[in-house]
Amino acid sequence: MSLVADLPKPIRRAALPFARLHFDGRKLLPFLLPVTVVLVWQLAASAGWISNRLMPAPLDVLKAFWAKLITGELALNIGVSGARAVSGLIVGGSVGFLLGLANGVSKTSFTLTDTTLQMIRTVPNLALIPLVILWFGIGEEAKLFLTSLGVFFPIYLSTLHGVRNVDPQLIEMGRVYGMSRWALFRKVILPGALPSIFVGLRFSLGIMWLTLIVAETMAASAGIGHMANSAREFMMTDVVVLALVIYALLGKLADSIARFLERKTLQWHPAFQPQERA
Amino acid sequence: MASNETRRRRYNVWGKEIEPDFVARPVTPVAGRRAGAAIRIEGLSKSFGDVPVLKGLDLEVPAGQFLAIVGKSGCGKSTLLRLLAGLDQPTSGRISFTAHDDTSRKANARIVFQEPRLLPWARVADNVAVGLGEGAGGSEGRARAEQALDAVQLAEKTGEWPARLSGGQRQRVALARALVSRPDFLALDEPLGALDALTRITMQGLVEQVWQEQGFTALFVTHDVNEAVVLADRVIVLDEGRIALDVAVPQARPRQHGATDLAEIERQLLDAIFRR
Repeated sequence: MSLVADLPKPIRRAALPFARLHFDGRKLLPFLLPVTVVLVWQLAASAGWISNRLMPAPLDVLKAFWAKLITGELALNIGVSGARAVSGLIVGGSVGFLLGLANGVSKTSFTLTDTTLQMIRTVPNLALIPLVILWFGIGEEAKLFLTSLGVFFPIYLSTLHGVRNVDPQLIEMGRVYGMSRWALFRKVILPGALPSIFVGLRFSLGIMWLTLIVAETMAASAGIGHMANSAREFMMTDVVVLALVIYALLGKLADSIARFLERKTLQWHPAFQPQERA
Repeated sequence: MASNETRRRRYNVWGKEIEPDFVARPVTPVAGRRAGAAIRIEGLSKSFGDVPVLKGLDLEVPAGQFLAIVGKSGCGKSTLLRLLAGLDQPTSGRISFTAHDDTSRKANARIVFQEPRLLPWARVADNVAVGLGEGAGGSEGRARAEQALDAVQLAEKTGEWPARLSGGQRQRVALARALVSRPDFLALDEPLGALDALTRITMQGLVEQVWQEQGFTALFVTHDVNEAVVLADRVIVLDEGRIALDVAVPQARPRQHGATDLAEIERQLLDAIFRR
């Protein structure tokens, strides 16, 4: 594996005619560090350097994973957390997107709402938890409210920034060439704002998981956070670590999906074009 | 070698053969070619705040004429172009267009800017289709876009992203976008100003060629006196918002860069610009 990665590119290509099907050793490089850490961790645990009560060995985490998997508990909790994350993203994201567009296009709308939004933005949304529990109890509404609010601001700000920064020369061109307001929006403003919106989306995904984890840990009856919190009461460190690993994987998955969409929709962008043909 | 004659004459500059990035073809007037719009400008003034930029301009441009406007920066030439293109409203005075069929309807005017102003997220053909306006969709729009790209000799770049084109190619796409709706009147605002010297010369040939083929009235704003003289039927020098000189350039086309009779007109124009 590492031998293949060390060879210069052209030779590798020539030796392997089906370059696209070929397993590229370089793609494994990002995983080198985490894998090493896990190996050292396991080694330290097996040798007894780390107390099993404070930090379980990776193998124990794996066993916990298997146990939760066959009871179906894991699938249920991932499903519950995933559904909360997605609904929060949809609600907060669409409100943020629409308000960002409105405030980017219309001065009236901006003057009317932006100051208020900026004030709300400075309140850490997790500080609202006590109030939210009073309002909604520990039901789904509480989680939906908090994640939506967390997701809202990055998407709002990046959409606003994106719309504001569309090249005014292009907008003038669109007007001169007789585009209607709708055509101008669809063909010039929205595609121009898209790169910025994607940056906001990736930011908001991080905040989405953060808010969800905290909300689930503090008040929930199902979900990964709930699983971790009830495991804590029984000192089941392996389950607690399992929950962390799952959060990490879900976060990475969400980011990968966002990057995939980014690559697909921003094909025109020089940064996303293949490098070999200049 | 007769078929190469046009090409050789056009790109032989000061005795040097220039290798263009595209090959000029003989001029072939397009089907349904019509004369452009005639323009009449009466007492046209434009002020920005208290600063007068144009001071009571009177001008008549016959249909199909290639008119170049030269002058120092801030002389009002770009303002005049923006008024003619309907981008700004005059402070006083009026502009009227008379189309070839003598109806005084609104002329079909198009602009080519100094920058290509292509949509980076639309492929070349879709960028050209922007010039068709709202009726851009469908296979007919597609066919017309391809036809326009063919006229600027970029037919093979139809599906390319603008980011992958050279500066000259981008400006040719912008020209195709302006031409695709068969305008009566084409305003060009220093369209070649951002290009390198050699690309400029080949582009000048291309602009002249599409003008000869399509017969629109052309208003070419430039600060390059040489360019104006090579391309235009008539050159106007603007100075502080007034017409300082109005000369005809009767020489046959295609004209050669550095020809002595053109140099004489060029000198006359420069004298007017610098008030010598």
